[in-house]
Amino acid sequence: MPDLLQVEDLQVRFRVKSGLAALTARGATHIDAVCGVSFALEEAKTFALVGESGSGKTTLALAVAGLVEAQAGSIRFEGKELRGLSDAAFKPYRRHIAMMFQDPVGSLSPRLSIRSLITEPFKIHGLTDRDLDAEARRLLAMVGLPTDFTGRYPHQLSGGQARRVGVARALALDPKLIIADEPTAGLDVSVQGEVLNLLARLQGELGVSILIITHNLSVVRHTTHRMAIMYLGRFVEQGPTDEIFAQPRHPYTLALLSANPKPDPDAILDAVELTGEVPSLLERPQGCEFHPRCPFVQAHCRTAAPAWTQQGAEHWLTCHFPVEEQRLVG
Amino acid sequence: MSVPGSAPESAPESAPGSAPGSENVLEVRDLSVSYRTPRGRVRALRNVNLDIPRGKVVGIVGESGCGKSTLLGAIIGLLDANAEVESGSIVFDGRDLLSLPDKDMRALRGDRVSMIFQDPMTTLNPVLSIGTQMTDIQYRSKAGAADKRKRSAAMLERVGIPDAANRLANFPHQFSGGMRQRIAIAMALQSEPDLLIADEPTTALDATLEVQILHRLRELQRDLRCSILFISHHLGVIAELCDEVSVMYAGEVVEQGSVRDIFHNAQHPYARKLLDCDPARIAEKTANLPTIAGDIPDLVALPEGCIFQARCEQAMARCANEVPARHRVGPGHSAACHLLAEATVDA
Repeated sequence: MPDLLQVEDLQVRFRVKSGLAALTARGATHIDAVCGVSFALEEAKTFALVGESGSGKTTLALAVAGLVEAQAGSIRFEGKELRGLSDAAFKPYRRHIAMMFQDPVGSLSPRLSIRSLITEPFKIHGLTDRDLDAEARRLLAMVGLPTDFTGRYPHQLSGGQARRVGVARALALDPKLIIADEPTAGLDVSVQGEVLNLLARLQGELGVSILIITHNLSVVRHTTHRMAIMYLGRFVEQGPTDEIFAQPRHPYTLALLSANPKPDPDAILDAVELTGEVPSLLERPQGCEFHPRCPFVQAHCRTAAPAWTQQGAEHWLTCHFPVEEQRLVG
Repeated sequence: MSVPGSAPESAPESAPGSAPGSENVLEVRDLSVSYRTPRGRVRALRNVNLDIPRGKVVGIVGESGCGKSTLLGAIIGLLDANAEVESGSIVFDGRDLLSLPDKDMRALRGDRVSMIFQDPMTTLNPVLSIGTQMTDIQYRSKAGAADKRKRSAAMLERVGIPDAANRLANFPHQFSGGMRQRIAIAMALQSEPDLLIADEPTTALDATLEVQILHRLRELQRDLRCSILFISHHLGVIAELCDEVSVMYAGEVVEQGSVRDIFHNAQHPYARKLLDCDPARIAEKTANLPTIAGDIPDLVALPEGCIFQARCEQAMARCANEVPARHRVGPGHSAACHLLAEATVDA
């Protein structure tokens, strides 16, 4: 499968001090929310972004969707460069990149009916010659909601139904890429399955690619093809989901995966515990940025930053001493 | 109580097994709560029974609309204004909280019963320093300001905030999410409560921080010998932390038992379904995750019979018209399902 999306060395920077404060400031005036990130997303595949709050997952997703400006690097969508495009020039691509925002109910305007909500994209893109009632019914049927929902309002929906409306709206313009930011956060497990199954079914039927951001590692394991783990705005590891779950190479990935409590009281949580706090983006650690919390830290890690290196065919990481070798040494 | 008129007239002394020295710190008996709405009465809790033994962690699992929040509200006396306690009692330390005067309830809340909320970003006041907030909540103590600050720093130390004494001057935004939740825990435990109520305290955190907080909570709970009522819909967290578990569905407790009873030997079809739905329990990778078909019933117009029958794959004729009794499965393990009627005697 060809790549739908190629992101290379992407940099998103936010100013934290401006004007006089920036001139007189001691310390950093910017934070690098996303820092040199590269990945590719194939057609009809799902890519997961994993990492703690504040690690830059949402910022990266927003940059891909053109909702946040990236300062350097490239975002190629079907081979065409999106970074640096003006709003007007970006607009045709917005049809192909749909966004599902975090809060299922909060992302729907409470004053609009479901019909208005899911046909809004047609109006925005000037596709008003279509039969919008028919489109609304088609989309509702697609996500498995009764077609008479068109007259309802968001407050009359349950969390799962609101999520489905979010999916319907994302699908309206037949996108090639859906960016789903925490699509199951706040949903019950039984409903979470419904939403994920729906996305998987639609991917099979429509060949849409999905970039998914989630805290839930079990969801990542079951529903995604590739994954990347973010820490302080950088990828620390990226590769096929199965491979990473079978053999996490970066110590942070190992800690993250081992920290997922199993729903079994007799399971011994063999968590690799991290010490210390997540450093501030304003004061990035020297050397490997993970070293202050790394359980396997060595002298070299404190001074030299590891490069983003390829390990195996489709697996990349930034670590001087990937876990496997580490274990042999230790 | 927020609705004193509706509280039952039960004399606290007569409540069974609730003397101050009893093994349960809290006993909820036959509690029913409803909300008055324009559509009619929403029967949010029906005949709920729950024991919280001294020094144990009791978990409540259930999906949205199962009544978890209403139960918490009833326990800490912070139900919405349109809520009405129809029947039952909540006995804490020999006293029925439902008939306790507001003044006495306020004296308990934040002292002997305290609470940690879901969102660490909004539990702390953003314009006051942590030190001020931690000192303020010690208003009951007669100690001097310096002592209160010292005590605050010691508590922060215990939850693992480095350099605690100096960080008292910091404001909430200067701490990370995980630290803020630990500060909230420190504040809740500062009064050494008998009962700590934790409402999904780790949902806003990622896995590594979640585990850190759980371990910390467990440690403190053992040190302080308090009981915890822990609400979560993350089954892994419940399994990791809790001693006993109650599974709630649409306002009823459908099954309760030890954490092993529930995770290894669940009897109620809903409890089993819920466990099956957790992708963490599915070993083989699958793109087709299990779900529970159907929706929770309308709590204004309750169905006859068993509350789960419409979604239950094992429903029988009697489920449609007969409310199942609680059946004993084993010591401390019971479930409300007709399937158990043949096998066991009523609890």
